Amino acid sequence: MKLKKDIAISDSGFLFNPSSGDSYTANPIATEILKYMQSGFSNEQIIVSIMESYDVERSTIEKDLFDLESMLSNYKLTR
Amino acid sequence: MKKKEKKIYERPLIRPLNASISNKFGRRTEWLPLTHIDGIPVVDLINEFGSPLFVYSEKKIRDNFMMAKRAFETRYPKIQFAWSYKTCYLNAVCNVYHQMGSWAEVVSGFEYEKALQNGVPGDKIIFNGPDKSKHDLLLAMKNNTLIHIDHFDELYLLTELASSSKSKPRVAIRINMDTGVYPQWDRFGFNYENGQAWEAVNKILMNDALDLVGIHTHIGTFMMTPSAYAVATAKMTELAIQIKKKFNHIITYIDMGGGFASKNTLKGSYYAGADAVPDIGEYAEAITSALLNAGFDRNNLPFLYLETGRALVDDTGFLLGTVLANKRLADGRRATILDFGVNTLFTSFWYDHKISPAQEMGHYAEETILYGPLCMNIDVVRDAISLPPLKPGQHVVAQYVGAYNITQSMQFITFRPAVVMIDREGRSHLIRKRESLDYVQKNEILPSHLKKLNW
Repeated sequence: MKLKKDIAISDSGFLFNPSSGDSYTANPIATEILKYMQSGFSNEQIIVSIMESYDVERSTIEKDLFDLESMLSNYKLTR
Repeated sequence: MKKKEKKIYERPLIRPLNASISNKFGRRTEWLPLTHIDGIPVVDLINEFGSPLFVYSEKKIRDNFMMAKRAFETRYPKIQFAWSYKTCYLNAVCNVYHQMGSWAEVVSGFEYEKALQNGVPGDKIIFNGPDKSKHDLLLAMKNNTLIHIDHFDELYLLTELASSSKSKPRVAIRINMDTGVYPQWDRFGFNYENGQAWEAVNKILMNDALDLVGIHTHIGTFMMTPSAYAVATAKMTELAIQIKKKFNHIITYIDMGGGFASKNTLKGSYYAGADAVPDIGEYAEAITSALLNAGFDRNNLPFLYLETGRALVDDTGFLLGTVLANKRLADGRRATILDFGVNTLFTSFWYDHKISPAQEMGHYAEETILYGPLCMNIDVVRDAISLPPLKPGQHVVAQYVGAYNITQSMQFITFRPAVVMIDREGRSHLIRKRESLDYVQKNEILPSHLKKLNW
Protein backbone atom coordinates (compact mmCIF):
# COMPACT_ATOMS: atom_id res chain seq x y z
CA MET A 1 0.00 0.00 0.00
CA LYS A 2 1.27 3.46 -0.87
CA LEU A 3 0.64 6.71 0.93
CA LYS A 4 -0.38 9.74 -1.04
CA LYS A 5 2.76 11.62 -2.02
CA ASP A 6 1.88 14.96 -0.46
CA ILE A 7 1.08 13.66 3.06
CA ALA A 8 3.25 15.43 5.64
CA ILE A 9 4.39 13.39 8.66
CA SER A 10 6.21 14.92 11.61
CA ASP A 11 8.51 12.95 13.94
CA SER A 12 6.00 13.40 16.74
CA GLY A 13 3.26 11.61 14.77
CA PHE A 14 1.32 14.55 13.37
CA LEU A 15 -0.07 13.97 9.85
CA PHE A 16 -1.43 16.58 7.50
CA ASN A 17 -3.28 15.95 4.26
CA PRO A 18 -2.97 19.19 2.23
CA SER A 19 -5.52 18.12 -0.35
CA SER A 20 -8.32 17.79 2.22
CA GLY A 21 -6.99 19.96 5.04
CA ASP A 22 -7.49 17.09 7.51
CA SER A 23 -4.95 16.31 10.20
CA TYR A 24 -4.30 13.13 12.18
CA THR A 25 -2.27 11.87 15.08
CA ALA A 26 -0.40 8.57 15.10
CA ASN A 27 1.33 6.71 17.91
CA PRO A 28 5.11 6.16 17.62
CA ILE A 29 4.94 2.74 15.99
CA ALA A 30 2.34 3.89 13.45
CA THR A 31 4.55 6.90 12.68
CA GLU A 32 7.47 4.56 12.05
CA ILE A 33 5.38 2.40 9.70
CA LEU A 34 4.07 5.45 7.82
CA LYS A 35 7.63 6.61 7.27
CA TYR A 36 8.55 3.16 5.92
CA MET A 37 5.60 3.43 3.56
CA GLN A 38 6.74 6.85 2.38
CA SER A 39 10.16 5.35 1.71
CA GLY A 40 8.53 2.76 -0.55
CA PHE A 41 8.89 -0.30 1.73
CA SER A 42 6.79 -3.31 0.84
CA ASN A 43 4.58 -4.87 3.52
CA GLU A 44 7.11 -7.69 3.92
CA GLN A 45 9.93 -5.20 4.44
CA ILE A 46 7.86 -3.28 7.00
CA ILE A 47 7.05 -6.47 8.93
CA VAL A 48 10.71 -7.53 9.02
CA SER A 49 11.83 -4.05 10.11
CA ILE A 50 9.28 -3.88 12.93
CA MET A 51 10.15 -7.39 14.11
CA GLU A 52 13.82 -6.41 14.25
CA SER A 53 13.12 -3.43 16.52
CA TYR A 54 10.15 -4.56 18.57
CA ASP A 55 9.26 -7.52 20.73
CA VAL A 56 6.38 -8.79 18.60
CA GLU A 57 5.28 -11.95 16.84
CA ARG A 58 4.87 -12.00 13.08
CA SER A 59 1.17 -12.87 13.29
CA THR A 60 0.49 -9.85 15.49
CA ILE A 61 2.25 -7.30 13.28
CA GLU A 62 0.65 -8.83 10.18
CA LYS A 63 -2.85 -8.37 11.63
CA ASP A 64 -2.09 -4.90 12.92
CA LEU A 65 -0.51 -3.73 9.66
CA PHE A 66 -3.56 -4.91 7.75
CA ASP A 67 -5.76 -3.00 10.22
CA LEU A 68 -3.66 0.18 9.95
CA GLU A 69 -3.81 0.03 6.16
CA SER A 70 -7.58 -0.33 6.25
CA MET A 71 -7.78 2.80 8.41
CA LEU A 72 -5.44 4.73 6.10
CA SER A 73 -7.65 3.74 3.22
CA ASN A 74 -10.74 4.74 5.21
CA TYR A 75 -9.21 8.17 5.86
CA LYS A 76 -8.34 8.44 2.14
CA LEU A 77 -4.62 8.78 2.82
CA THR A 78 -3.58 6.14 0.26
CA ARG A 79 -3.33 6.14 -3.49
CA MET B 1 28.76 -8.09 21.37
CA LYS B 2 25.71 -7.26 23.44
CA LYS B 3 22.40 -8.16 21.74
CA LYS B 4 20.21 -5.13 21.01
CA GLU B 5 17.25 -4.99 23.38
CA LYS B 6 13.93 -4.84 21.57
CA LYS B 7 11.34 -2.13 22.24
CA ILE B 8 7.92 -2.82 23.74
CA TYR B 9 5.38 -3.28 20.99
CA GLU B 10 2.07 -1.44 20.92
CA ARG B 11 -0.56 -1.72 18.21
CA PRO B 12 -0.13 1.05 15.56
CA LEU B 13 -2.88 3.66 15.82
CA ILE B 14 -3.96 6.62 13.76
CA ARG B 15 -6.93 8.86 14.44
CA PRO B 16 -8.24 12.09 12.96
CA LEU B 17 -7.85 15.33 14.89
CA ASN B 18 -11.19 17.06 15.25
CA ALA B 19 -10.87 20.81 14.90
CA SER B 20 -14.54 21.53 15.61
CA ILE B 21 -15.92 22.47 19.02
CA SER B 22 -15.07 20.04 21.77
CA ASN B 23 -17.54 17.33 22.62
CA LYS B 24 -19.31 18.40 25.80
CA PHE B 25 -19.90 14.74 26.64
CA GLY B 26 -16.24 13.93 26.13
CA ARG B 27 -14.47 12.16 28.95
CA ARG B 28 -10.86 11.53 29.71
CA THR B 29 -9.11 8.54 28.28
CA GLU B 30 -9.11 5.51 30.56
CA TRP B 31 -5.45 4.75 30.12
CA LEU B 32 -4.53 4.77 33.81
CA PRO B 33 -4.10 1.10 34.65
CA LEU B 34 -5.41 -0.67 37.74
CA THR B 35 -2.74 -3.28 38.25
CA HIS B 36 -3.37 -4.28 41.89
CA ILE B 37 -6.41 -4.72 44.13
CA ASP B 38 -5.66 -4.34 47.83
CA GLY B 39 -2.02 -5.10 47.12
CA ILE B 40 -2.56 -8.25 45.03
CA PRO B 41 -1.57 -8.10 41.34
CA VAL B 42 -4.58 -8.53 39.06
CA VAL B 43 -2.62 -10.98 36.94
CA ASP B 44 -1.95 -13.19 40.01
CA LEU B 45 -5.67 -13.27 40.86
CA ILE B 46 -6.53 -14.30 37.29
CA ASN B 47 -3.78 -16.92 37.21
CA GLU B 48 -5.05 -18.45 40.46
CA PHE B 49 -8.82 -18.19 40.06
CA GLY B 50 -9.39 -17.82 36.31
CA SER B 51 -10.94 -15.15 34.13
CA PRO B 52 -13.44 -13.53 34.34
CA LEU B 53 -13.37 -13.10 38.10
CA PHE B 54 -15.30 -10.99 40.57
CA VAL B 55 -13.22 -9.57 43.42
CA TYR B 56 -14.52 -7.90 46.60
CA SER B 57 -12.41 -5.83 48.95
CA GLU B 58 -13.36 -6.52 52.57
CA LYS B 59 -11.38 -3.47 53.68
CA LYS B 60 -13.33 -1.21 51.34
CA ILE B 61 -16.65 -2.69 52.49
CA ARG B 62 -15.75 -1.97 56.12
CA ASP B 63 -14.39 1.52 55.34
CA ASN B 64 -17.53 2.48 53.41
CA PHE B 65 -19.81 1.19 56.13
CA MET B 66 -17.94 3.06 58.86
CA MET B 67 -18.07 6.24 56.80
CA ALA B 68 -21.84 5.95 56.34
CA LYS B 69 -22.35 5.05 60.00
CA ARG B 70 -20.30 8.05 61.06
CA ALA B 71 -22.21 10.34 58.69
CA PHE B 72 -25.53 9.41 60.32
CA GLU B 73 -24.48 8.79 63.93
CA THR B 74 -22.80 12.17 64.25
CA ARG B 75 -26.11 13.78 63.27
CA TYR B 76 -28.74 11.61 64.98
CA PRO B 77 -28.49 9.44 68.08
CA LYS B 78 -30.59 6.39 67.13
CA ILE B 79 -29.43 4.74 63.91
CA GLN B 80 -29.75 1.15 62.71
CA PHE B 81 -28.49 -0.10 59.34
CA ALA B 82 -29.94 -3.23 57.72
CA TRP B 83 -28.01 -4.85 54.87
CA SER B 84 -30.05 -4.99 51.68
CA TYR B 85 -29.71 -8.64 50.66
CA LYS B 86 -30.85 -8.17 47.08
CA THR B 87 -27.92 -5.81 46.41
CA CYS B 88 -25.45 -8.63 47.04
CA TYR B 89 -26.38 -11.73 48.99
CA LEU B 90 -23.12 -13.59 48.88
CA ASN B 91 -22.86 -14.95 52.42
CA ALA B 92 -19.32 -13.63 52.88
CA VAL B 93 -20.38 -10.11 51.94
CA CYS B 94 -23.53 -10.25 54.11
CA ASN B 95 -21.55 -11.43 57.10
CA VAL B 96 -19.05 -8.58 56.85
CA TYR B 97 -22.01 -6.21 57.28
CA HIS B 98 -23.53 -8.35 60.04
CA GLN B 99 -20.19 -8.42 61.89
CA MET B 100 -20.29 -4.61 61.86
CA GLY B 101 -23.74 -4.57 63.42
CA SER B 102 -25.93 -4.34 60.36
CA TRP B 103 -29.24 -6.18 60.47
CA ALA B 104 -30.67 -7.94 57.38
CA GLU B 105 -33.25 -6.46 55.01
CA VAL B 106 -34.84 -9.14 52.84
CA VAL B 107 -37.54 -9.15 50.17
CA SER B 108 -38.40 -12.82 49.66
CA GLY B 109 -38.68 -16.13 51.47
CA PHE B 110 -35.43 -17.18 49.82
CA GLU B 111 -33.55 -14.15 51.15
CA TYR B 112 -35.23 -14.56 54.56
CA GLU B 113 -33.98 -18.13 54.90
CA LYS B 114 -30.53 -17.00 53.72
CA ALA B 115 -30.38 -14.36 56.47
CA LEU B 116 -31.43 -16.91 59.10
CA GLN B 117 -28.80 -19.37 57.85
CA ASN B 118 -26.19 -16.61 58.05
CA GLY B 119 -26.95 -16.44 61.78
CA VAL B 120 -29.02 -13.26 61.88
CA PRO B 121 -31.58 -13.46 64.73
CA GLY B 122 -35.17 -13.30 63.47
CA ASP B 123 -35.90 -10.08 65.37
CA LYS B 124 -33.02 -8.36 63.54
CA ILE B 125 -34.45 -9.05 60.09
CA ILE B 126 -36.66 -6.61 58.20
CA PHE B 127 -38.97 -8.47 55.82
CA ASN B 128 -39.96 -6.19 52.92
CA GLY B 129 -41.46 -6.74 49.50
CA PRO B 130 -44.76 -7.68 47.88
CA ASP B 131 -44.02 -11.43 47.81
CA LYS B 132 -44.44 -13.03 51.23
CA SER B 133 -46.20 -16.38 51.20
CA LYS B 134 -48.36 -17.64 54.05
CA HIS B 135 -45.46 -19.90 54.99
CA ASP B 136 -43.06 -16.93 55.00
CA LEU B 137 -45.38 -14.87 57.18
CA LEU B 138 -45.88 -17.68 59.70
CA LEU B 139 -42.13 -18.20 59.93
CA ALA B 140 -41.53 -14.46 60.32
CA MET B 141 -44.20 -14.27 63.06
CA LYS B 142 -42.60 -17.17 64.89
CA ASN B 143 -39.19 -15.46 64.75
CA ASN B 144 -40.52 -12.05 65.89
CA THR B 145 -39.31 -10.52 62.62
CA LEU B 146 -40.26 -7.00 61.55
CA ILE B 147 -42.81 -7.50 58.78
CA HIS B 148 -43.24 -4.52 56.46
CA ILE B 149 -46.70 -4.73 54.91
CA ASP B 150 -46.86 -3.87 51.22
CA HIS B 151 -50.56 -4.10 50.30
CA PHE B 152 -54.04 -4.60 51.77
CA ASP B 153 -54.18 -8.28 50.76
CA GLU B 154 -51.09 -8.88 52.87
CA LEU B 155 -52.53 -6.81 55.71
CA TYR B 156 -55.72 -8.88 55.77
CA LEU B 157 -53.83 -12.19 55.50
CA LEU B 158 -51.45 -11.25 58.30
CA THR B 159 -54.33 -10.06 60.50
CA GLU B 160 -56.07 -13.41 59.94
CA LEU B 161 -52.90 -15.38 60.73
CA ALA B 162 -52.23 -13.30 63.84
CA SER B 163 -55.80 -13.71 65.11
CA SER B 164 -55.73 -17.49 64.70
CA SER B 165 -52.25 -17.87 66.23
CA LYS B 166 -52.94 -15.58 69.21
CA SER B 167 -49.61 -13.82 68.57
CA LYS B 168 -49.16 -10.13 67.81
CA PRO B 169 -46.58 -9.73 65.05
CA ARG B 170 -44.45 -6.60 64.92
CA VAL B 171 -45.25 -4.76 61.70
CA ALA B 172 -44.64 -1.57 59.78
CA ILE B 173 -46.41 -0.30 56.69
CA ARG B 174 -44.57 0.69 53.58
CA ILE B 175 -45.57 4.12 52.31
CA ASN B 176 -45.09 5.67 48.89
CA MET B 177 -45.33 9.39 48.31
CA ASP B 178 -44.66 12.37 46.11
CA THR B 179 -41.23 13.76 46.95
CA GLY B 180 -40.99 16.00 43.92
CA VAL B 181 -38.93 13.45 42.00
CA TYR B 182 -40.02 11.95 38.70
CA PRO B 183 -40.94 9.15 38.25
CA GLN B 184 -42.80 8.77 41.52
CA TRP B 185 -42.51 5.27 42.91
CA ASP B 186 -46.04 4.21 43.75
CA ARG B 187 -46.14 0.49 43.10
CA PHE B 188 -44.90 -0.52 46.55
CA GLY B 189 -46.80 0.15 49.75
CA PHE B 190 -49.65 2.52 50.57
CA ASN B 191 -49.89 6.01 49.16
CA TYR B 192 -49.44 8.94 51.54
CA GLU B 193 -51.27 11.66 49.63
CA ASN B 194 -54.47 9.80 48.73
CA GLY B 195 -55.14 8.54 52.24
CA GLN B 196 -54.25 4.87 51.68
CA ALA B 197 -51.52 5.01 54.31
CA TRP B 198 -53.95 6.36 56.92
CA GLU B 199 -56.46 3.70 55.91
CA ALA B 200 -53.86 1.01 56.63
CA VAL B 201 -52.86 2.64 59.94
CA ASN B 202 -56.52 2.86 61.01
CA LYS B 203 -57.16 -0.79 60.15
CA ILE B 204 -54.12 -1.96 62.12
CA LEU B 205 -54.65 0.19 65.19
CA MET B 206 -58.43 -0.28 65.38
CA ASN B 207 -58.11 -4.05 65.10
CA ASP B 208 -55.31 -4.61 67.63
CA ALA B 209 -54.19 -7.89 66.01
CA LEU B 210 -50.89 -6.41 64.86
CA ASP B 211 -48.31 -4.31 66.68
CA LEU B 212 -47.55 -1.27 64.50
CA VAL B 213 -43.98 -0.49 65.55
CA GLY B 214 -42.70 1.38 62.50
CA ILE B 215 -43.33 3.10 59.21
CA HIS B 216 -41.23 2.54 56.13
CA THR B 217 -40.60 4.20 52.78
CA HIS B 218 -38.19 3.74 49.90
CA ILE B 219 -38.55 6.68 47.56
CA GLY B 220 -36.56 5.44 44.59
CA THR B 221 -33.25 4.11 43.36
CA PHE B 222 -30.02 5.91 42.50
CA MET B 223 -31.51 9.12 43.89
CA MET B 224 -29.32 12.08 42.95
CA THR B 225 -31.33 14.61 44.98
CA PRO B 226 -30.87 14.53 48.76
CA SER B 227 -33.66 17.11 49.17
CA ALA B 228 -36.17 14.41 48.11
CA TYR B 229 -35.23 12.56 51.31
CA ALA B 230 -35.90 15.71 53.33
CA VAL B 231 -39.42 15.89 51.83
CA ALA B 232 -40.00 12.17 52.45
CA THR B 233 -38.72 12.34 56.04
CA ALA B 234 -40.94 15.34 56.78
CA LYS B 235 -43.99 13.40 55.55
CA MET B 236 -43.02 10.30 57.54
CA THR B 237 -42.46 12.25 60.75
CA GLU B 238 -45.77 14.07 60.29
CA LEU B 239 -47.52 10.71 59.99
CA ALA B 240 -45.78 9.36 63.12
CA ILE B 241 -46.71 12.47 65.12
CA GLN B 242 -50.34 12.35 63.97
CA ILE B 243 -50.56 8.63 64.85
CA LYS B 244 -49.41 9.55 68.38
CA LYS B 245 -52.05 12.30 68.57
CA LYS B 246 -54.90 10.23 67.18
CA PHE B 247 -54.24 6.86 68.83
CA ASN B 248 -51.74 7.73 71.57
CA HIS B 249 -49.56 5.12 69.87
CA ILE B 250 -45.81 5.60 69.58
CA ILE B 251 -44.03 4.69 66.34
CA THR B 252 -40.65 3.39 67.49
CA TYR B 253 -38.82 3.59 64.17
CA ILE B 254 -38.91 5.32 60.83
CA ASP B 255 -37.30 3.28 58.05
CA MET B 256 -36.15 5.53 55.20
CA GLY B 257 -35.09 2.61 53.00
CA GLY B 258 -32.20 3.12 50.62
CA GLY B 259 -31.70 4.45 47.10
CA PHE B 260 -28.55 6.51 47.72
CA ALA B 261 -26.50 6.76 44.53
CA SER B 262 -23.11 5.08 44.12
CA LYS B 263 -20.16 6.56 42.22
CA ASN B 264 -21.17 4.84 39.01
CA THR B 265 -21.97 6.81 35.85
CA LEU B 266 -25.52 6.39 34.61
CA LYS B 267 -25.87 6.05 30.83
CA GLY B 268 -26.55 9.48 29.32
CA SER B 269 -25.26 11.30 32.39
CA TYR B 270 -23.55 14.62 31.64
CA TYR B 271 -20.91 14.18 34.33
CA ALA B 272 -18.96 11.14 35.47
CA GLY B 273 -20.62 9.54 38.50
CA ALA B 274 -17.76 10.35 40.85
CA ASP B 275 -18.25 14.07 40.07
CA ALA B 276 -22.04 14.08 40.09
CA VAL B 277 -23.41 11.99 42.94
CA PRO B 278 -24.00 13.45 46.40
CA ASP B 279 -21.79 12.49 49.30
CA ILE B 280 -23.37 10.16 51.87
CA GLY B 281 -23.19 13.09 54.33
CA GLU B 282 -25.61 15.09 52.16
CA TYR B 283 -28.23 12.33 52.40
CA ALA B 284 -27.58 12.08 56.14
CA GLU B 285 -27.99 15.83 56.59
CA ALA B 286 -31.29 15.90 54.65
CA ILE B 287 -32.83 13.00 56.57
CA THR B 288 -31.60 13.75 60.09
CA SER B 289 -32.38 17.48 59.89
CA ALA B 290 -35.98 16.68 58.97
CA LEU B 291 -36.17 14.17 61.84
CA LEU B 292 -34.74 16.56 64.42
CA ASN B 293 -36.96 19.42 63.26
CA ALA B 294 -40.15 17.36 63.28
CA GLY B 295 -41.06 18.09 66.88
CA PHE B 296 -40.60 14.68 68.52
CA ASP B 297 -40.17 14.56 72.28
CA ARG B 298 -36.38 14.66 72.78
CA ASN B 299 -36.58 11.67 75.13
CA ASN B 300 -38.69 9.68 72.74
CA LEU B 301 -37.01 10.05 69.35
CA PRO B 302 -37.81 7.25 66.91
CA PHE B 303 -35.00 5.06 65.62
CA LEU B 304 -33.88 5.77 62.06
CA TYR B 305 -33.51 2.55 60.06
CA LEU B 306 -31.56 2.58 56.80
CA GLU B 307 -31.44 -0.10 54.12
CA THR B 308 -28.59 1.33 52.07
CA GLY B 309 -27.14 -1.19 49.62
CA ARG B 310 -25.69 0.15 46.40
CA ALA B 311 -23.93 3.20 47.91
CA LEU B 312 -22.12 0.95 50.40
CA VAL B 313 -21.02 -1.92 48.18
CA ASP B 314 -20.76 -0.76 44.57
CA ASP B 315 -17.16 0.46 44.65
CA THR B 316 -15.99 -2.53 46.72
CA GLY B 317 -16.45 -4.92 43.78
CA PHE B 318 -14.27 -5.40 40.69
CA LEU B 319 -14.69 -7.62 37.65
CA LEU B 320 -11.43 -8.81 36.14
CA GLY B 321 -11.46 -9.94 32.53
CA THR B 322 -9.34 -10.78 29.54
CA VAL B 323 -9.26 -9.51 25.97
CA LEU B 324 -10.31 -12.25 23.54
CA ALA B 325 -9.93 -10.42 20.24
CA ASN B 326 -9.93 -7.11 18.40
CA LYS B 327 -11.75 -6.30 15.21
CA ARG B 328 -12.56 -3.37 12.96
CA LEU B 329 -16.24 -2.71 12.25
CA ALA B 330 -17.57 -1.76 8.83
CA ASP B 331 -17.65 1.94 9.69
CA GLY B 332 -14.02 1.94 10.87
CA ARG B 333 -14.72 1.80 14.61
CA ARG B 334 -12.53 -0.42 16.74
CA ALA B 335 -14.16 -3.25 18.67
CA THR B 336 -12.60 -5.25 21.47
CA ILE B 337 -14.13 -8.52 22.62
CA LEU B 338 -13.84 -9.34 26.32
CA ASP B 339 -14.47 -12.62 28.12
CA PHE B 340 -17.27 -11.07 30.20
CA GLY B 341 -20.47 -9.61 28.82
CA VAL B 342 -23.90 -8.42 29.88
CA ASN B 343 -24.61 -11.91 31.25
CA THR B 344 -21.96 -11.33 33.92
CA LEU B 345 -21.91 -7.53 34.14
CA PHE B 346 -25.66 -7.03 34.19
CA THR B 347 -25.37 -3.42 35.34
CA SER B 348 -23.77 -2.45 32.03
CA PHE B 349 -27.37 -2.02 30.83
CA TRP B 350 -27.61 1.02 33.17
CA TYR B 351 -24.07 2.28 33.63
CA ASP B 352 -21.08 3.36 31.58
CA HIS B 353 -18.75 1.33 33.78
CA LYS B 354 -15.24 2.55 34.37
CA ILE B 355 -13.06 -0.07 32.69
CA SER B 356 -9.31 0.19 33.03
CA PRO B 357 -6.38 -1.77 31.62
CA ALA B 358 -4.79 -4.07 34.19
CA GLN B 359 -1.24 -3.51 32.93
CA GLU B 360 0.91 -0.51 32.11
CA MET B 361 -0.01 0.88 28.68
CA GLY B 362 1.01 3.78 26.45
CA HIS B 363 -1.02 6.98 26.46
CA TYR B 364 -2.24 6.74 22.87
CA ALA B 365 -5.87 5.74 22.90
CA GLU B 366 -8.56 4.86 20.44
CA GLU B 367 -12.33 5.06 20.69
CA THR B 368 -13.42 1.45 21.14
CA ILE B 369 -16.59 -0.55 21.55
CA LEU B 370 -16.33 -3.22 24.21
CA TYR B 371 -18.25 -6.38 23.41
CA GLY B 372 -18.81 -9.39 25.60
CA PRO B 373 -18.25 -12.98 24.44
CA LEU B 374 -21.91 -13.86 23.84
CA CYS B 375 -23.14 -14.67 20.37
CA MET B 376 -25.89 -12.09 20.86
CA ASN B 377 -26.13 -8.61 19.38
CA ILE B 378 -27.13 -7.05 22.71
CA ASP B 379 -23.87 -8.02 24.36
CA VAL B 380 -22.29 -4.54 24.54
CA VAL B 381 -20.36 -3.72 27.71
CA ARG B 382 -19.44 -0.15 26.66
CA ASP B 383 -20.63 1.39 23.41
CA ALA B 384 -17.82 3.96 23.37
CA ILE B 385 -14.72 4.14 25.53
CA SER B 386 -11.32 5.62 24.86
CA LEU B 387 -8.78 2.93 25.70
CA PRO B 388 -5.16 2.19 24.81
CA PRO B 389 -4.75 -0.59 22.23
CA LEU B 390 -5.32 -3.84 24.10
CA LYS B 391 -3.95 -7.12 22.80
CA PRO B 392 -5.63 -10.52 23.12
CA GLY B 393 -4.61 -12.03 26.45
CA GLN B 394 -4.22 -8.68 28.20
CA HIS B 395 -6.47 -7.94 31.15
CA VAL B 396 -8.98 -5.26 32.08
CA VAL B 397 -10.73 -4.33 35.32
CA ALA B 398 -14.33 -3.13 35.44
CA GLN B 399 -14.83 -0.97 38.51
CA TYR B 400 -17.85 -0.16 40.72
CA VAL B 401 -19.49 -3.52 40.05
CA GLY B 402 -20.22 -4.62 43.63
CA ALA B 403 -23.97 -3.96 43.58
CA TYR B 404 -26.58 -6.02 41.75
CA ASN B 405 -24.20 -8.00 39.53
CA ILE B 406 -23.81 -11.11 41.66
CA THR B 407 -27.56 -11.18 42.28
CA GLN B 408 -28.68 -10.34 38.74
CA SER B 409 -26.02 -11.95 36.57
CA MET B 410 -27.38 -14.65 34.31
CA GLN B 411 -26.28 -18.19 33.69
CA PHE B 412 -26.57 -17.66 29.95
CA ILE B 413 -24.49 -19.33 27.22
CA THR B 414 -21.59 -19.81 29.61
CA PHE B 415 -20.81 -20.27 33.30
CA ARG B 416 -20.93 -17.52 35.89
CA PRO B 417 -17.45 -16.71 37.23
CA ALA B 418 -15.87 -17.33 40.59
CA VAL B 419 -15.91 -14.66 43.29
CA VAL B 420 -12.97 -13.84 45.54
CA MET B 421 -12.79 -11.65 48.64
CA ILE B 422 -9.54 -10.01 49.71
CA ASP B 423 -9.44 -9.70 53.49
CA ARG B 424 -7.94 -6.84 55.51
CA GLU B 425 -4.57 -8.60 55.65
CA GLY B 426 -4.42 -8.84 51.86
CA ARG B 427 -5.23 -12.57 51.66
CA SER B 428 -7.56 -13.76 48.91
CA HIS B 429 -10.43 -16.15 49.71
CA LEU B 430 -12.58 -17.96 47.17
CA ILE B 431 -16.15 -17.13 48.31
CA ARG B 432 -18.04 -18.58 45.33
CA LYS B 433 -16.78 -21.23 42.94
CA ARG B 434 -17.05 -20.84 39.19
CA GLU B 435 -20.10 -22.70 37.91
CA SER B 436 -19.66 -26.08 36.26
CA LEU B 437 -21.72 -28.15 33.84
CA ASP B 438 -22.79 -30.43 36.72
CA TYR B 439 -23.92 -27.43 38.78
CA VAL B 440 -25.95 -25.95 35.93
CA GLN B 441 -27.58 -29.28 35.03
CA LYS B 442 -28.14 -30.45 38.60
CA ASN B 443 -31.88 -29.77 38.58
CA GLU B 444 -32.55 -30.92 35.02
CA ILE B 445 -34.49 -34.14 34.47
CA LEU B 446 -34.28 -35.87 31.09
CA PRO B 447 -37.36 -38.04 30.35
CA SER B 448 -36.32 -41.64 29.67
CA HIS B 449 -37.71 -41.64 26.10
CA LEU B 450 -35.32 -38.78 25.22
CA LYS B 451 -32.19 -40.48 26.55
CA LYS B 452 -31.49 -42.62 23.53
CA LEU B 453 -30.26 -40.93 20.35
CA ASN B 454 -30.46 -42.79 17.05
CA TRP B 455 -27.75 -41.36 14.86
